[in-house]
Amino acid sequence: MILIELFLTFLKIGAFTFGGGYAMLPLIQSEVERHQWLTQEELVNFIAVSESTPGPLAVNMATFVGIRTGGILGALCATFGVILPSFVIILIVAKYFEKFRKSNAVSGIMNGLKPAVIGMIASSFLSVGSTVFFSDGFKTDIFSEIQFWISFSIFILSAILAFKKVHPIAIIVLSAVIGIIAGYGFNFA
Amino acid sequence: MNKNIDLFLTFLKIGAFTFGGGYAMIPMIQQEICIQHQWLNEKDLLEIVAVAESTPGPVAINAATFVGYRTSGFSGACAATFGVVLPSFLIISLISMVLKEFQDFRAVQYAFMGIRAGVLALILKALYSMFQASEKNIFSYAMMAVSLILTAFLKIDAVCVIIGCAVFGLLRSWIYRKEHNYDSD
Repeated sequence: MILIELFLTFLKIGAFTFGGGYAMLPLIQSEVERHQWLTQEELVNFIAVSESTPGPLAVNMATFVGIRTGGILGALCATFGVILPSFVIILIVAKYFEKFRKSNAVSGIMNGLKPAVIGMIASSFLSVGSTVFFSDGFKTDIFSEIQFWISFSIFILSAILAFKKVHPIAIIVLSAVIGIIAGYGFNFA
Repeated sequence: MNKNIDLFLTFLKIGAFTFGGGYAMIPMIQQEICIQHQWLNEKDLLEIVAVAESTPGPVAINAATFVGYRTSGFSGACAATFGVVLPSFLIISLISMVLKEFQDFRAVQYAFMGIRAGVLALILKALYSMFQASEKNIFSYAMMAVSLILTAFLKIDAVCVIIGCAVFGLLRSWIYRKEHNYDSD
């Protein structure tokens, strides 16, 4: 039953994501791969769309994966799933706020989790990288070689702009434009 | 009741006009909640952000639920959370349908070929910023390396790694306090 599966999977993602933005990436990647809901390329496309539309990345991704795999009901189940753990846990924490804030256990756990999340995002970076650069496996025909160098150039340019604090949406738009020009220029299949 | 509608509309606005989620939202929450409506003061907000970061779930949802609860109890929490999620949900549903129609166009495929490389750069930038903000000590570096190796090379499930690292962090602080004879909680 896809709807229940979507709800439970995103419930799990919501419950084990610590931090904002890309922190949920490793989880969503491994779940989507396990269930084979999307290809890795589609997932990276979705990340781009989520990044360039308003609202929390987590909700955008949940809605996107949900609607693709289970239609509008799927989107509802996935989104409800991803916010439910937050909602319940925050209500509990708000009630016992003083205890929570002074808890040594909480700070100990967070000291372990914060660097772990960074390591896991690094892992996501590697797997997204292999999707971007070697989407057809390690084929060596002339087109995939040109495609590799185009992707590589766009990556380097975007990285320079990102470190110069250019807005992510501007970077995504520019990457799209270069992609279109290069694609028609080399007439990729 | 009016306060709940106000909360809903305020978070609807926050959800509709912030890009990138969590941290991008905080300045806008500050503007709307602390300055304009004066539902909370700046100190409250700082505490809420600290909690939103250290509880499971996306920071944006945590912050909305907490601000709503502090302002107007359970119904406030519902109103704020629903408000912050609704724009995302509608916009993404719409885009997903449009994208489905156009995804086989060559121009769209070329665009996404470029965009995927751009997103990779954005992830790298986010990674760098998080690294800069992290604690600079052996323990922290070791946790980063271990979790990278476990997920990237040994293909251990992300949830298992998170649970493992949480338990390890807890044990470490417990042992540290034992050794230094601090009061435990």
